[in-house]
Amino acid sequence: MTATVTPASASPATPTDAGPGALRALARHRGRLIGAGAVLALVLGSVLLGAGNWLASLSVDLSGPLKHTSDWIIDNRDGHPLFLYFLGHVSNVVVVSVRAVYLVLLALGWAGVTAAAGLLAWRVAGVRLALTSVAAFAACGLLGMWVPTMQTLALMVVAVAASVLLGGLLGLAAGLSDRMHRILRPVLDTMQVLPAFAYLLPVVLVFGIGVPAAVLATVVYAAPPMARLTALGLRGADAGVVEAATSLGATGRQRLLTARLPLARKELLLGLNQSIMMALGMAVIASVIGAGGLGDRVYQALASVDVGAALAAGVPIVLLAIVLDRVTAAAGERIGAAPARRSALGWAVAAVVTAAVAVGARLLDRLSWPDAWTVGIAEPVNGAVDWMTAHLYSGVPLVGGTADWAGHFTTWVLNPLRDGLQWLPWWAVLLAVGALALLIGTWRTAATAVLAMAAIGVLGVWDPALDTLSQVLAAVAVTLLLGFALGVAAARSSRLGRALRPVLDVFQTMPQFVYLIPVVALFGVGRAPAVAAAVVYALPAVVRITAQGVRAVDPAALESSRSLGATGRQQLFQVQLPLARPALLLAVNQGVVLVLAVVVIGGLVGGGALGYDAVFGLAQGDLATGLVAGAAIVCLGLMLDRVTQPTQRRDLAGKGA
Amino acid sequence: MARTRFTAPRTRFAALGAAVALTALTLTGCGAADMTRQASPYADAKGSRTVTLSVQSWVGAQANVAVAQYLLEHELGYRVDTVQIDEVPAWDALSQGRVDAILEDWGHPEQEKRYIDDKGTIARGGDLGVTGHIGWFVPTYFAEEHPDVTDWKNLNKYADQFRTAESGGKGQLLDGSPSYVTNDKALVKNLGLDYQVVFAGSEAAQITQIRQFAKEKKPFLSYWYKPQWLFEKVPMTEVELPAYKEGCDADPQKVACAYPHTPLQKFLNARFADGGGDAAAFLKKFRWTTGMQNDVALMIADQKLSPQEAAGRWVKENEATWRAWLPS
Repeated sequence: MTATVTPASASPATPTDAGPGALRALARHRGRLIGAGAVLALVLGSVLLGAGNWLASLSVDLSGPLKHTSDWIIDNRDGHPLFLYFLGHVSNVVVVSVRAVYLVLLALGWAGVTAAAGLLAWRVAGVRLALTSVAAFAACGLLGMWVPTMQTLALMVVAVAASVLLGGLLGLAAGLSDRMHRILRPVLDTMQVLPAFAYLLPVVLVFGIGVPAAVLATVVYAAPPMARLTALGLRGADAGVVEAATSLGATGRQRLLTARLPLARKELLLGLNQSIMMALGMAVIASVIGAGGLGDRVYQALASVDVGAALAAGVPIVLLAIVLDRVTAAAGERIGAAPARRSALGWAVAAVVTAAVAVGARLLDRLSWPDAWTVGIAEPVNGAVDWMTAHLYSGVPLVGGTADWAGHFTTWVLNPLRDGLQWLPWWAVLLAVGALALLIGTWRTAATAVLAMAAIGVLGVWDPALDTLSQVLAAVAVTLLLGFALGVAAARSSRLGRALRPVLDVFQTMPQFVYLIPVVALFGVGRAPAVAAAVVYALPAVVRITAQGVRAVDPAALESSRSLGATGRQQLFQVQLPLARPALLLAVNQGVVLVLAVVVIGGLVGGGALGYDAVFGLAQGDLATGLVAGAAIVCLGLMLDRVTQPTQRRDLAGKGA
Repeated sequence: MARTRFTAPRTRFAALGAAVALTALTLTGCGAADMTRQASPYADAKGSRTVTLSVQSWVGAQANVAVAQYLLEHELGYRVDTVQIDEVPAWDALSQGRVDAILEDWGHPEQEKRYIDDKGTIARGGDLGVTGHIGWFVPTYFAEEHPDVTDWKNLNKYADQFRTAESGGKGQLLDGSPSYVTNDKALVKNLGLDYQVVFAGSEAAQITQIRQFAKEKKPFLSYWYKPQWLFEKVPMTEVELPAYKEGCDADPQKVACAYPHTPLQKFLNARFADGGGDAAAFLKKFRWTTGMQNDVALMIADQKLSPQEAAGRWVKENEATWRAWLPS
């Protein structure tokens, strides 16, 4: 979630490269042609189809069959062979493995775990990160969160292992076979734009509340980046080396094991890193379905409107994320650097020290974190939140309060946008989507986008979907405004960039639920706080990608513009930003996908529409409402992703990036 | 070339798959896996007896669980796990044995029929002793200024004052968590009210909003329920809806009457109810009053004590009450 927003490098392939003159002319006027076609269709459509919302005759009511399915599952879960001989075992394996890891962590005790973490970090990433790890684990204990942290860690270990296994296998298949690569790509694309909430309900229905469902939901979320990066690594393996191995008579398997996999080590580690980050992002969402651990503490604290306690449980998640991210990233960079013999010795030392510490703690009967060693941060945090909301909510002289802003934002931005979208005839929406996707992508992306949008109509949730869309558009606009400004500033001042990094880390990894109370306290219940929460979540990725894109602009171009006497402002607007266009487009795309991921969270603060329906379905065990809303969110995500997809494929950036 | 290259990995996948399946079987024991007997992986971690309780999202439910947990741990020597689940999924979890008990249920006839009468996987645990009631409330400071607002017939007169940016041109009726029982949309329609139901989406959001309104002495109309600790902080007066009669809420589309008063119920997993020993006996006897629950709830929600500290305080002062719950 943190380290690796890797925008594709510059120079988008223009479609004008090849082809005879007529085609080339056509391509040059592509934008104008699409515009003209759209206008023509608009006129035709208004004459032939008239205005109006999605036609009832074109939608399918799935509530009957879905209710039937959910009843069937509940009635047969205890007796049907599918459950007895397959799903039941899957569930049991998950429970047994999580339990095994948890028991090992408990047996090591807090001292043993902290020592192991420190020594592991020391071996793979050096002394500085070792100290960071020790400090992070100690902080988890100090916050009084040791046991929940261990529960989350146990769940993470199993979920990440399963994701890496599954993602690795998929990636291996895609890396070795072109056909598999073609088949898997859209599947992985879809998995990445899926908002996690959308598929919690079916998983819960099959596996019931608890750890197995949480682990499986996490795997769906965390496996795609591993698969993508494995495939990328295998495909990118130096052809010369592979050729040499072949000429030496290596078999397919030998080539894979001795040449291609070792060459892809960096990508594999990056995949691991991304999987861990995604899995941690899921830890809190999974608490909604009874996963326990830190997420559950955050969620329970919110029930008593206690931001401080929620933060106390949220901080360990952030710390775990930062430590795991830095350590795996450092491991990736260090590959092949350390000589083998010393490293074996170091590992032995690490193992012995860990064992000694664990045994020592056991002998001293100090396995569980001492209650006396905890620090309560809840009270000061709640005090700060109360002060903030008491003073900012309303009545600030001149500028008004946050509640007034939220009111104005709802009245002047959200309402017109929503009403406008809902007023548009359905075919005009499809047309607009198609035209936009064509302008920025290809025929194929346009077709996907239009079909996804049409599917929303067929599902019978056209109006709420457009309501959600209006919130997404407003949130994206705010995110981009802030994100581009901050990103450009960070790119031009390395000091600001360094200062921003930890802040962005925290925003990206802090569980969304922690923001719920503060945004409501500041902006009241409604769509405005939902937009605010989405902006907070999506901003870091946009800032990062923008900064990286602007910074990567060819220094020679800058130099020459300076020699021509361009001012700093001219440089920015006429050189840096145009050259960083691919990165900015990627930022738009990521902003859209991330904002959409928070839609459901918005449902928890009064955002209504699809987000509320998804939450409602989960809370009431109502497959018909929940699944349809989830599917509509997925379609919305696909559509927005395609409409904003930069011409070049983004290979590395994950959903959380 | 591609073909031959691919054969090797494919057999490897197959072998790997078989290995995984085999490990799965040996780990869990061959044969059928019973989905109704699945405890939490964190249970019994130190060889202790564990009870798993479900906690619903409102603080009253937290208070029940906190006190039950405190007594189970300190008086009966159990380890207690708590899981936060919404109401309807909690029934499902209870039937599967993922949790052992629900301590406060607000009435789910459909689930009772399915799990108690048809499947027999859930057993009744008796009254909690607390009576619940859902209704529409306005803040008392507003009701004192405008006494006639407490009759639903006059609500349209006040719609303007309850308007927010979110409710469009109508008055706002603030609703809460999607997991709670509500007929409000139908009520607004069937009673001909000029109101828009705005769903806060979670109780936390609703409480935060109500407190902000109260701080500024603004008028508001909200779905709310008793017993609830917030009444101690923001006094609210109920708006009279057409009286509740048995069966007047049978058709969710045609409801035009108030919500009933519900004696809240406990439910246990059937297997746990029979074989749960002291813990099951204790949970069946657990029965307290609205006032007691509010005391604990207020300590948790307003004084920000942890549920365990709050329960500890209550237990210290009310020994006579809880002694009677312990199995003899």
